[in-house]
Amino acid sequence: MFDLERWEEIFDTIRKNKLRTFLTGLSVASGIFILVVLLGIGEGMRNGISKEFEGDAANILYIWTGPTSVEHKGLNPGRIIRLRNSDFQTISQKYEDDLEFRSSVYRIWNGMVNYKKESGSYRVEGVLPDYQFLENSSMVKGRYLNYTDHENYEKVVVIGNRVSNDLFKGAEPIGKYIEVSGINFKVVGVFTDPGGEREENRVYVPLSTGQRVFNGSNYINNMAFTLEKADNFEAALAASNKFSAEIDQFLKEQHVVAPEDTRAITINNSLENAKRFYDLMDMIKFFFWGVGICTIIAGIVGVSNIMLIIVKERTREIGVRKALGAEPLSIVGMVLHESIFVTAIAGLIGLISSLALLELVGPMIETEFIANPAVDFRVALTTVIILIVAGALAGFFPAYRAARIKPIVALRDE
Amino acid sequence: MIEIKDLHKSYKTGSNSLHVLKGINFSVAEGELVSIMGSSGSGKSTLLNILGMLDEADSGTYTLDGVPIKNLNEKIAARYRNKFLGFIFQSFNLISYKSAVDNVALPLYYQGLKRKERMDRAMAYLEKVGLTDWAQHLPNELSGGQKQRVAIARALASDPKVLLADEPTGALDTKTSYEVMDLIQKINEEGRTILIVTHEHDIAEMTKRIVNLKDGVIIDDNKVDQIKALQYV
Repeated sequence: MFDLERWEEIFDTIRKNKLRTFLTGLSVASGIFILVVLLGIGEGMRNGISKEFEGDAANILYIWTGPTSVEHKGLNPGRIIRLRNSDFQTISQKYEDDLEFRSSVYRIWNGMVNYKKESGSYRVEGVLPDYQFLENSSMVKGRYLNYTDHENYEKVVVIGNRVSNDLFKGAEPIGKYIEVSGINFKVVGVFTDPGGEREENRVYVPLSTGQRVFNGSNYINNMAFTLEKADNFEAALAASNKFSAEIDQFLKEQHVVAPEDTRAITINNSLENAKRFYDLMDMIKFFFWGVGICTIIAGIVGVSNIMLIIVKERTREIGVRKALGAEPLSIVGMVLHESIFVTAIAGLIGLISSLALLELVGPMIETEFIANPAVDFRVALTTVIILIVAGALAGFFPAYRAARIKPIVALRDE
Repeated sequence: MIEIKDLHKSYKTGSNSLHVLKGINFSVAEGELVSIMGSSGSGKSTLLNILGMLDEADSGTYTLDGVPIKNLNEKIAARYRNKFLGFIFQSFNLISYKSAVDNVALPLYYQGLKRKERMDRAMAYLEKVGLTDWAQHLPNELSGGQKQRVAIARALASDPKVLLADEPTGALDTKTSYEVMDLIQKINEEGRTILIVTHEHDIAEMTKRIVNLKDGVIIDDNKVDQIKALQYV
């Protein structure tokens, strides 16, 4: 390996056989190039689709309460259980690292909403800013509620698209004041929701404002959480079950509810959507792995082919070398040394140029379904090494055979 | 220098066995220039290949410069070839992508010499065959006679005990053949032992001894008066 004379001999051979070297190198480099670009696009598709469907992916848990149905610790069934701000705060703090979005909801009943002469009855709720993401709403105009609104008890409101159409009949709603149960709120935003008209039929005020203005004290009606995304569906399911069981136990202890009472405290987790999301992600992953493995196989076959041809082409040369005193091992060594050197350099060139392409072109791709195409450098490097090893193995057997041929037979080869 | 006794060789082709050499007894002293003649199929090339350790005999003994040549594995055979023998082929067998000087230097590479020394020695042998100006040319830029002279320089490069030439003039025209023979005679006069396989009488007559082979046996073995090739050049 570090025999300088051997290196000289190999460089000499490479220099004098530029076309052969170039073709070998080209096939290896293009194989790696295609593979890395494909893997990059695959990763980009995963990112893009992940971004598109993230909203639905979320592993949302809704918690609400009802009357108790089981006698517990001397308390009668039928007792109304009401959640409080402290419940929400405790859970939020305890699971800070696991939670992605969180909001509690205070429902304002009889939500009559007026603007000038127009009026309607809508669902009015006091919520936290994260509620936008929990409901997967996006803004048509203006902004959503923020934490400043919440802290300062601002009398601001965001309204659904449907509400806006009903009350404003196409006029500009932002900055106008509407009455909610007789109290003036300033409209700061209009949202749309993938849930359609039914979900656009809503009006949201800051939670703190809602509780203070509508005599909510520190009561809340329900809570919603999403957990941080897991690597796969199984992990997501496990995390959500664990979280669900723990808060169930915590809330039942807080509110003195029997552990078997399912009506008093209900936790609903919507993993159905999440399952579809994770299935899609898995499919994309499997597809690109499949393509990747096929590309590697094609690359290996290509390299093997070239090695076979090279050895075949050099049979006579090998005979001459043996007649001049080359030992069989030095023949095998020479062929392998050259092929490994060429494939390694070509593989690295393919790797670097494809990474450069992804790096340069990646950010310019502006479709919804591809985002940040990139490839794990370790995966790419592993592929290069696999190809080199495969090329070496593919070259070894014909080289070994050629080295075993009697020189007289090799010399007769035309 | 070369001592062979009762050498047998047969080739198996399918179920048939072709007995090519049927008991050859033959010896060559140092400094001889011997030609081995015979029609095709007489076994002369097989004999040369066995002498060159490119092929193995079925039975019989072969001693080269006092070293018994038997049960060779590839590694030892390669070392002996490099140390004892220089080959000259009918079709030259130069490595096409190497320049003349690199071809000549190749046996020295397998002797483990450093590059500088290889090149110096290779240039010296090229000068000997009169091709100093062609040192950097590739084989396909050389004429047939020049190629064979490069091959001769290569055969000499490792300073072998014996030169083995298999139809060295077979691919050359008459004039070039004589030039090559002139060179071979000059090398022989320096004391090198040379064996030539040929089927051309005029070439054989330029050696000092003619061995005639027929159907795998030596039918006659005579010293002859050497004709100098120089007079035809």
